[in-house]
Amino acid sequence: MTADTILSTSPAASPGGKSRGRRLTLPRLLIIISIGLVGLALVHLLTGADDVSSSGAIQAALESAVPIGLAGLGGLWAERAGVVNIGLEGQLILGTWFGAWGCLHFGPWLGLLVGILGGALGGLVHAIATVTFGVDHIVSGVALTILATGVARFLSFLAWEGKPGGGGSTQSPTVPHQLPRISVPGLSSLDGLEKKHWFLISDLVGVLRGLLVDVSVATILAVILVPLTWYLLWRTSFGLRVRSVGEDPHAAETVGVNVYRYKYYAVLISGGVAGLGGAFLSTVASTIYREGATGGRGYVGLAAMIFGNWRPGGLAVGASLFGYTDALQLRRGSDSVHALLILVGALLVAVAIYEFRRKHWMLMGVSLGLAVLSYLTFFLVHTIPTPLVQAAPYVTVLVTLALVAQRLRPPAADGKPYRRGS
Amino acid sequence: MNRRIDPAKLVPQLVAPVAALVLAAGISAVVLLIADKSPLTAFSGMLDYGTTPDSLVEILNKTTENYIAAVAVAIGFKMALFNIGTDGQSRIGAFFAGSLAGASWMSWLPGQLKIVLIIVVAAIVGALWASIAALLKMYRGISEVISTLMLNSIAGFLVTWLLNDHWGVQGPGGQIKTTPILPKSAWMPSLPLVGGTNNEVLGFFAIAVALGVVYWFLLGRTRFGFDLRATGWNPSAAVASGVDARRIILTTMLISGAVAGLINLPRMLGETHTYTEGFASIGFTGIAVALLGRNHPVGMAFGAFLWGFLARSQIILDLDEIPKEIVLIMQGVTVFAVVIAYELANRIGATAQQRRVGATADKAPVAAAAGASLTIEETK
Repeated sequence: MTADTILSTSPAASPGGKSRGRRLTLPRLLIIISIGLVGLALVHLLTGADDVSSSGAIQAALESAVPIGLAGLGGLWAERAGVVNIGLEGQLILGTWFGAWGCLHFGPWLGLLVGILGGALGGLVHAIATVTFGVDHIVSGVALTILATGVARFLSFLAWEGKPGGGGSTQSPTVPHQLPRISVPGLSSLDGLEKKHWFLISDLVGVLRGLLVDVSVATILAVILVPLTWYLLWRTSFGLRVRSVGEDPHAAETVGVNVYRYKYYAVLISGGVAGLGGAFLSTVASTIYREGATGGRGYVGLAAMIFGNWRPGGLAVGASLFGYTDALQLRRGSDSVHALLILVGALLVAVAIYEFRRKHWMLMGVSLGLAVLSYLTFFLVHTIPTPLVQAAPYVTVLVTLALVAQRLRPPAADGKPYRRGS
Repeated sequence: MNRRIDPAKLVPQLVAPVAALVLAAGISAVVLLIADKSPLTAFSGMLDYGTTPDSLVEILNKTTENYIAAVAVAIGFKMALFNIGTDGQSRIGAFFAGSLAGASWMSWLPGQLKIVLIIVVAAIVGALWASIAALLKMYRGISEVISTLMLNSIAGFLVTWLLNDHWGVQGPGGQIKTTPILPKSAWMPSLPLVGGTNNEVLGFFAIAVALGVVYWFLLGRTRFGFDLRATGWNPSAAVASGVDARRIILTTMLISGAVAGLINLPRMLGETHTYTEGFASIGFTGIAVALLGRNHPVGMAFGAFLWGFLARSQIILDLDEIPKEIVLIMQGVTVFAVVIAYELANRIGATAQQRRVGATADKAPVAAAAGASLTIEETK
């Protein structure tokens, strides 16, 4: 039990009813995407910052979103079974190391598999500590991250230090082979249309090209995992048992579910999925394992899962948003972030109006203040300094969570240690 | 007083960390054997090198930092609040304090007062940075675990920006930007604690000791400390007995952040006399040490020393061609082994106690029940 329980006077305490209306259905998703696209097109038109919607930027965003989304999916599996997995970062680190190592020795496909196994190993340690021994979930997760850092560096030293190829105790040699990339035919030739910078049309082409041209098969695999996770968790008896363990383990035990075993399954899958995200980082998004390359993406993934209200669809939206802001730094981020301040300001004004109608004065004031700050920055400064561009994804996480956090409902027994018969 | 110490519960609690350390050493030895290195050479080399006077000074210096980091985390732990953002709080605190005290328009201030100013400003800035996480938790229900981790990254980038683009100066002979070098009068004097070497222990060591005493007094002997621990044990009961939940979250986080703001000061005041981005991040070290010492002021001192010893003595391993990275594994395994061992110790202690209470319950039911509730509260 944590101090959270004493604060839950929010709507989060009353599930059902309204929450059904907030579920992410296909029409809703399309509306969100359309609004986002029009917003980007407007920003592009007003500021001339091409990289807010160029195909290159969208492709980078997709590749940044994959590790975040996979970490989030990993978090989803664990937390649906009631185990908070802050060790995602550690499992991601193990995934980057094992993925790169596997790729160097057995090629890219088996590299992904080895990465999954590495992450699952981290999941196993977390499961042993939290499920079998009842250690606090956050404590175990932090310990796992410390351990994973050490293991990765030690193994790097053994595998690569002083060997040919330029590796050492903090990085691997360059990974030789990459997974194939595929394109939807016909879109490649639309390059000219994107360069015309016509309002909305060029933006749409840019986004489509970014998402559908030159896409790694690993990315496609990751995207498929989102509906697959939904299907497994919400449409199979296995998933029902996993979720029952996360909602009410005592009740689950009563009807014959082996709580410990299902928690183990879920945490192992969690680690494996996060490990895949790590392997993606070191073998697809880049061609090298480098210490610190995960840069807290495990935590951002966890934030994406919370943003998505512990559901796969919302998680994917969150991962896309955070991935997009994360990728901005790669391509003239100083201009893009500056331009996007218009959109941020507009969103904050919208929030302020919404809160005004709900008579939440303090929230309205804070949103309005932040909106004014955004616009002041936009008009007074011409580019955003690089370090602040790099901070953008983390700021985005905080701001978006601040806007949605109180309407969320985690699994009822999330984070609570369970002991049979107590 | 004596009635509150129950050997059936205390012995497992003391055996647990020792057993965990032995286990961690054992696992590290196995890992070394697999890597075809001799664990005996490694351990004896570390012990020899780690106990030289020069090493001892450096270990005490590291202990000072580790201990402050651990106290910052432990304050939060005591009320089930996870301040994982001590790294960001320490960076931003030291940076602002160093920039302010080193600024040319502050040159009128006498050196000793500058030291005081740096300590106060670092603590205040650290507390303010931590308060963001507290406010987000109080008013928006965001878990402090996520928010403090995000604030760590944001603090790092913010300091990079301000240091490189605005307030930093070119470091002596280096390419990196630093905060202005403090005048000699604002260097904290060091302490000749270790004989046989000319090196002296950083003066902040004394402040860390004082911090430990204040921590012990605040949590164990004041109304606030009682409220804080009560909220950590059982939030609903604490709120029912009149604790203001929001206020205690804010206060705890402010104190934790203020202590975290001091983490970089031992080196900054006694060694580098300036803040650079090269300061090691020891946020996770603080968490590990707090777990190791079970948030106890003396236990954490042992943990901080152990971590300092490992960090210092690993240097020698490279000479024997043993990867010094083994120490990171040793630390990670130790943390795991320790938390699991404490959990097991709790279970064993509780079982032993239940059995005894069950045996005496027939004779004096009321007294036994009262005794049990007292001791459970004490060791939880």
